[in-house]
Amino acid sequence: MSQTTAAPRSFQAIILALQSYWASKGCAILQPYDMEVGAGTFHPATTLRSLGSRPWTAAYVQPSRRPTDGRYGENPNRLQHYYQYQVLIKPSPPDLQDLYLGSLEAIGIDMDLHDIRFVEDDWESPTLGAWGLGWEVWCDGMEVSQFTYFQQVGGHDCHPVSGELTYGLERLAMYVLGVDHVMDMPFNDPDAPIPLTYADVFKQTEEEYARWNFDTANTDVLLRQFEEAEAHCKAILDQPATDPKTGKRIIMAHPAYDQCIKASHMFNLLDARGVISVTERQAYIGRVRALAKMCADAFVDTRAGGRTEDAA
Amino acid sequence: MPDLLIELFSEEIPAQMQRRAAEDLQKLVTDGLVTAGLTYAHAVSFSTPRRLTLALEGMLAASPAVVEDRKGPKADAPEKAIEGFLRGAGVTRDQLETRETPKGDVLFARIEKPGRPAAEIIAEVLEQTIRNFPWPKSMRWGDGALKWVRPLHSIIALITTEEGAEVVPMTVDGITAGRATQGHRFMAPGQITVSGFEDYEAKLKRAYVVLNPADRAETIWHDGTNLAFAQGLEVVEDQGLLAEVSGLVEWPVTLMGPIADDFLGLPPEVLQTSMREHQKFFSVKNPKTNRIEKFITVANRETADEGATILAGNEKVLSARLADAKFFWENDLRVAKADMNQWVQDLENVTFHSKLGTQAELIERMAVLARELAPLVGADPDEAEEAARLAKADLSSEMVYEFPELQGLMGSYYAKAAGKSDAVANAAKEHYAPLGPSDDVPTAPVSVAVALAEKIDKLTGFWAIDEKPTGSKDPYALRRAALGVIRILVENDLGLALDRFIDSQLVRNKGMAVPELDNGPIEEFVREIAEHGVFGAAFRTVMDRHEAGTTATAIRNIGEQVPDKSKNLLSFLHDRLKVYLRDQGVRHDIIDACIAMEGNDDLTLLVKRARALSETLNTDDGENLIQGFKRANNILSQAEEADGVEYSYGADVRFAETDEERALFHALDAAEAKITPAMARQDFTTAMSAMAALRAPIDAFFDAVQVNADNGTVRRNRLNLLSRIRSICTSVADLTKVEG
Repeated sequence: MSQTTAAPRSFQAIILALQSYWASKGCAILQPYDMEVGAGTFHPATTLRSLGSRPWTAAYVQPSRRPTDGRYGENPNRLQHYYQYQVLIKPSPPDLQDLYLGSLEAIGIDMDLHDIRFVEDDWESPTLGAWGLGWEVWCDGMEVSQFTYFQQVGGHDCHPVSGELTYGLERLAMYVLGVDHVMDMPFNDPDAPIPLTYADVFKQTEEEYARWNFDTANTDVLLRQFEEAEAHCKAILDQPATDPKTGKRIIMAHPAYDQCIKASHMFNLLDARGVISVTERQAYIGRVRALAKMCADAFVDTRAGGRTEDAA
Repeated sequence: MPDLLIELFSEEIPAQMQRRAAEDLQKLVTDGLVTAGLTYAHAVSFSTPRRLTLALEGMLAASPAVVEDRKGPKADAPEKAIEGFLRGAGVTRDQLETRETPKGDVLFARIEKPGRPAAEIIAEVLEQTIRNFPWPKSMRWGDGALKWVRPLHSIIALITTEEGAEVVPMTVDGITAGRATQGHRFMAPGQITVSGFEDYEAKLKRAYVVLNPADRAETIWHDGTNLAFAQGLEVVEDQGLLAEVSGLVEWPVTLMGPIADDFLGLPPEVLQTSMREHQKFFSVKNPKTNRIEKFITVANRETADEGATILAGNEKVLSARLADAKFFWENDLRVAKADMNQWVQDLENVTFHSKLGTQAELIERMAVLARELAPLVGADPDEAEEAARLAKADLSSEMVYEFPELQGLMGSYYAKAAGKSDAVANAAKEHYAPLGPSDDVPTAPVSVAVALAEKIDKLTGFWAIDEKPTGSKDPYALRRAALGVIRILVENDLGLALDRFIDSQLVRNKGMAVPELDNGPIEEFVREIAEHGVFGAAFRTVMDRHEAGTTATAIRNIGEQVPDKSKNLLSFLHDRLKVYLRDQGVRHDIIDACIAMEGNDDLTLLVKRARALSETLNTDDGENLIQGFKRANNILSQAEEADGVEYSYGADVRFAETDEERALFHALDAAEAKITPAMARQDFTTAMSAMAALRAPIDAFFDAVQVNADNGTVRRNRLNLLSRIRSICTSVADLTKVEG
């Protein structure tokens, strides 16, 4: 463990420390997925790659959007757009807890002074048809990460089991940096020629998106886009496995999954607009879950999903 | 004799599951060992966040040898059958013995099962236990197939004798049992090796692990109360939290911190709930002001700065949490002071049940009913109605959204802030009561009216849509609601005939499902029920008025179903009442005897009658009276059946032939003179003691008199006399239902 790292002084220093720590532990450092998602779990590097028998190890930052959490940038802790740091290792290594604790040291949390606890928290994603058991990790009473052993994703049992770590980056960084309001947090080094705070980067967008999410997003358009994405996803998966042009077996699990992600985000936006009733809610979640399951079914039938090539 | 130490070491076990898991480990292992013949003298089990431990003392070193005689086929059975038996029993032909039995010569095998060494048995039993452990939820990890609550890392299975310790040779899914474990994750990282239970417990302690959860709980409570006491404060007791926190730490270190002044104005229940639910903090109260001023958190380690960093971090998290709570509280107060009805309006968008409408509609039904009940429970109708309208308003508040367990209580605070009367405000927090058999019932009249309205509407609502409890399924807690109605009425001594309210509320709830009916005809119907006092006449009156058309059809559909449902609901209440009274020592047949009487929809009256009857029957006279009554009733019933007439009138003392007969006439006259007025004023005790006084004359009568006399006039007169016994006794309770 690198004890030499100077204590981080900015949001990005914490992200960089996590990146280099997990790189040093052998993870492939991926980039964020280029679509709107509600959490790092939606990145296909987690959802799809946790399926099937092939080993996998990846870490990445994922910008995440939760339209209902928007507070116009005024709440010290709540944002409609925030960052998660996500680690997925399959099969989960026996020392995953120790690896995780090492990452906290890497961002400057002194294990000799703090009280770290693993407190039961079972994870379930109704939209992904996924669940797992694990903990929320507490540092001095504050939740700093989610730690989950995936048991099922997209309705499929996970064999082997992936270990998933999710860090809420803003909250963790605020804690490490001793900042009380997210907008006051230094984004780059405070001594940089042009120092920027989190507010400099995101205050305006939080306002803009809060207004759009809550009041002006066109619900007819959103609803249509939800339905189009749903239909599109199914249509992609209805294609024959063999590509008529190349003659190769190409199941388009990822393009279909993109449409599933899109439908999920449209649902979140509709929810924020307050046009989905309690009873309808369950129905929408069920529709997204059906898509996620179809994509999972498709993925496990591909090479990356663990399918051993036909003799033919 | 050997001892046994077992430890299953894993990643953090959910606190709530630990105690049960330690018990299960003990039970499964010891049951398995005993079944295999391996008995022991003493067993204890423990749990920490990372381990389940079982220690046995005085165990057998091996199971005893067992000799079994197994019966085989007859001696002259076909060779194939004998061969099969030999294979099954694992013996050879020359080991068989032929014995004479009543069925002929039969082959017997004498099977000697040698004893097995403890290690072998333990290995089997422990593997079975691990593979079939009853975790509420379990998981796989890595690429293994084993299931445990969280990844299982190591197993200690160690048999110790005076000669030394021996590891039980066993491997479960790649985990080989040994004698090593780990101490505290942070304070003593690395392996420790143990030689037996005492060594294990001592070394763990040196490695900052307190094995016994009871010891950890005691340390937490002891240290916590000391910290508080030193500053003149006291810790608010919370056994559930103490048990949970004991399961979150291996080395408890108790720290006390302040709650920032900003938050001291929050209601104490909000502080306590927020701290307990989110942070697992204990609340520390100032006994002088009764305010919660500090918190106690339990860390899992000691630090060089004596917990300063940990405490500072916890304070900060608490402040963020309480800032949320304060934000909710202040926002809610603003809304409440402006107009609490806004919250009720918001409930128009919240479904109560798909067939029973929204929460707002539920509140409307409750409010109307509370108003109707008010005069009968001594409440002001306007106040009762207002209280019912506001009682559930807090379901729209932000605080209750965050902490659902504070419903009702927050409503009270907000109603007070909005300037409502104390009666109205208190009804919000009291109208859910009683929540359990030992919970207090509301006594303030307005609270009583709203609490009754809430429960009666709930019961009639779910009866209207045929969602009654069945077997163990009672998803809407209707049994609890029924017990609530019973307890509120009986414990407040409120005589109230429920029938008409059940009918009315059934009409209102059935009306919910009929969109073509607006409130007009429904409330007209309800008014007629109140007017007539009986359902049938009210129904006919309404039907006469509407003769034909869709309204008439709709009303008919509702009305036709009400009597059956109403009867069924009342008998459900009676069933719950039986349970309630049984717990107080009143027999079910006594209650049946009282339920059979008029006015059984007045539960308080019913209970009084049942208690008086129960007391009477507990006396010598009462018990014997029942015999006499039964005898009279049997003779009478047989005669009535044989003669095809009913003997009900005309007993005349002039035809009496014996003194005993005459004495009974006089006794019945005297009893009737007491019973009739006593019953009129519902004085069951007087009525029943008058009835019990009949015991002696009835007994004397039966001893001396032959009822079925040869003389027809005398016989008829005596039968009519028995009929007086029956009518007088059954005017008090239906004694035919009493057993004995």
